[in-house]
Amino acid sequence: MNAMGWALADGWTVMRRNLTHLRHSPGEMVGVLISPVIMIVIFGYIFGSAIPVPGGGNYREFLMPGLFAMGATAAVMVTIARVAADNGKGVMDRYRSMPMARSAVPFGHTGADLVVGAVGMAIMAIAGLIVGWRVHNGLWSTLAGFGVLLLFTYAFNWLGVLLGLLVRNEETADRLTPLFFPVTMLSNTFVPTEGMPSWLRTIAEWNPVSALVAACRQLFGNPGAPVSDVWPLTHPVAATILWSLLLLAVVVPLATHRYRIAGRR
Amino acid sequence: MVDSIVVAEGLHKRFGTTEALRSLDLRVTEGTVCGVLGPNGAGKTTAVRVLCTLLVPDQGSASIAGRDVVRDADGVRKLIGLAGQHAAVDEKLTGRENLVMFGRLYHLGERRAQARADELLERFDLTDAAGRLVRGYSGGMRRRLDLIASLITAPPVLFLDEPTTGLDPRSRNEIWSSVRELVAGGTTVVLTTQYLDEADRLADDIAVVDHGRVIASDSPERLKAVIGSRLDVVVSTVDDTPAAAAALARLTGNEPTVDGTTVSAAVHERAVSLLTAVREMDAAGVAAVDVALREPSLDEVFLALTGKPAEEEVAA
Ligand SMILES: Nc1ncnc2c1ncn2[C@@H]1O[C@H](COP(=O)(O)OP(=O)(O)OP(=O)(O)O)[C@@H](O)[C@H]1O
Ligand SMILES: [Mg+2]
Repeated sequence: MNAMGWALADGWTVMRRNLTHLRHSPGEMVGVLISPVIMIVIFGYIFGSAIPVPGGGNYREFLMPGLFAMGATAAVMVTIARVAADNGKGVMDRYRSMPMARSAVPFGHTGADLVVGAVGMAIMAIAGLIVGWRVHNGLWSTLAGFGVLLLFTYAFNWLGVLLGLLVRNEETADRLTPLFFPVTMLSNTFVPTEGMPSWLRTIAEWNPVSALVAACRQLFGNPGAPVSDVWPLTHPVAATILWSLLLLAVVVPLATHRYRIAGRR
Repeated sequence: MVDSIVVAEGLHKRFGTTEALRSLDLRVTEGTVCGVLGPNGAGKTTAVRVLCTLLVPDQGSASIAGRDVVRDADGVRKLIGLAGQHAAVDEKLTGRENLVMFGRLYHLGERRAQARADELLERFDLTDAAGRLVRGYSGGMRRRLDLIASLITAPPVLFLDEPTTGLDPRSRNEIWSSVRELVAGGTTVVLTTQYLDEADRLADDIAVVDHGRVIASDSPERLKAVIGSRLDVVVSTVDDTPAAAAALARLTGNEPTVDGTTVSAAVHERAVSLLTAVREMDAAGVAAVDVALREPSLDEVFLALTGKPAEEEVAA
């Protein structure tokens, strides 16, 4: 096998190791399994009773793409915590003293967290279907919607690896969590952007999360199509893919480099 | 001179204001055991981490079988095994899962990784615990698993950082016999320790490290000859100590020290044995309760080499 093949094989091995951790302590998965249900109840029933959907329509149909996007954004926190927790562990010393691919650990982390994210998304979808969310554009469009969500999740997992390597310990990682909340809120996730003050509206319209939410609404055929004419919102699918690839292109080399040099100074 | 497989020249490493290594030199001949002996904070772990490619030195160079630890880190990693002071295994996996995972990462292939894990677990008596999470292992079991993990590919050079610190005598003996077995198979071992008797039992050469530098390097026999063994005589009453001290001084030619009812002196000559000591005490009319010839402790080695006791270096 060539170097690339071995790098993939090593990444696969580390990914299986992370998934085995979860199998041994399923408690860590409880959050992933239950939070979608809590989100649907809080936003669908509590906020939803007071927020009108632009252009009319069922608020829970408007909401679901936003909740999916929120889950995708939360991927960054999942990964930061796991990477930071792994950092100080003795097993990292063994990895670094072995002739394995340096990219294997970050690839393994992001791969395993993508699987976790996909499971969370599936539960979210089932819960959504129960409360009346529906897709309207057929199989391919629906699959494309989930594909875009997973691509975005994966990019954010990588951002999580980089940040997790930078913060170095679990406590700091935990303290970063609230900072990511505004990233999802400052968008069209829960309320239409039309009512925002213009400067806030500009930020919200260019927020990659808005493009992701708009892409999902378009592909799933859910209400709330943006009335804005900024490019990311008139071409939300293309914009989301571009944002994700751009983030990956920046973060993957940085995170891999960071892992390579971590602890050596 | 035989070629050295491990070479370190003028290694410097500073952490903030702490100088962990200050021009450390080390040479280890292929197929031998080098004991790196030193007190807490001497720089043993730092030196091992540099040699294992985990740390980049600030100055100086090191190589394993001619491969530079900085420039050809991956080349070095193919040749070494490391069992660290803090067990480098995954707590959230079982013992067997750990070994299989490392086997896969060494590219043994699935079947061989599994077979090798089972073989090593069997050989090191961990088969019963193989299916349990490492989190629940005792310190000794973790160390053994860590040692096994470093043996998966039977590397030609093995680094053991204080492999027996904190272990009970039985686990310690097990580790010692495994090390001897490995050396018999041709492995070169670099072993750090705080115990002179451990270095004495296992090592062909001992490098004594203090404050980030090697202050003495020799075979255990010659090192001990320089320092000398100690002859301890315990008498029944304090009144007997002057006579015992005089007898010891005559016998060893060294100035004895008195501590309560224990009189002790350094011994440099092989001619002095327990038997001659007992006879000398008899002749002096001293009723000795106990006479013992013992190896010098690490403290005494330091005293002899540096003129001051081994002190723990405080982290800055
Ligand atoms: N990562 C680090 N950051 C800051 N200081 C460090 C670091 N690693 C080691 N030191 C310091 O460098 C010195 C040498 O440490 P080292 O761990 O090499 O000693 P040691 O001989 O292995 O000691 P011990 O017997 O306690 O294991 C100590 O003063 C230690 O506090
Ligand atoms: Mg140490």
